[in-house]
Amino acid sequence: MGRTVNEASGKFRPGDRVRVRFEDRQGHIRTPWYVRGKSGWIERVYGDFHNPESLAYGRDGLPTRTLYLVAFNQADVFGAAEAPKDKVLVDIYEHWLDPAA
Amino acid sequence: MARGHHDVGGLPGAGPIDQSEHPLSDWELLADAVNQALTARGVKRTDEMRRAREEMDAEEYRDMSYYERWIASIETILIEKKILTKEEIDRWLAVFEKKWGEP
Repeated sequence: MGRTVNEASGKFRPGDRVRVRFEDRQGHIRTPWYVRGKSGWIERVYGDFHNPESLAYGRDGLPTRTLYLVAFNQADVFGAAEAPKDKVLVDIYEHWLDPAA
Repeated sequence: MARGHHDVGGLPGAGPIDQSEHPLSDWELLADAVNQALTARGVKRTDEMRRAREEMDAEEYRDMSYYERWIASIETILIEKKILTKEEIDRWLAVFEKKWGEP
């Protein structure tokens, strides 16, 4: 299932600012509602994986998608944080991410 | 579609997380074993199971415990793949209930 970490794949690199797409559509979606439309940064590049949005319907999961660990300031996601440095870390596929300033 | 019944992170009113250890019942261990065996044999994928739980009736989903949801999604996927029929499942359920009593 291509679970090897490959930091060279994908178009984003650690530290790049990204914005999660706000999409409201049918289907099996791994991007949690609470980060849709939110901005953060790439924390880690995991590599390329079969696409769960396709695997969930018994299809082949191709083309593969690059998966990232994306970090957000907790206050940016939930409007408040107990400590200013608290972060939210979420695994997100590349097709859910746009570059952000 | 809006937000699914499984996708509730950050919603207010959920209350504190119950972090106590729950001893598992025999049927829960069995549900886990069946699930792992079906995955190992390549019969179904985790992603399909998740999708089946997401497509459940929202009220049923909320009323079910964790492993009840697992069983419901295993049934859905096995019926979808024409490995079992609803009638076969119901027939065996009646047999087991007679033998072991209501779960």
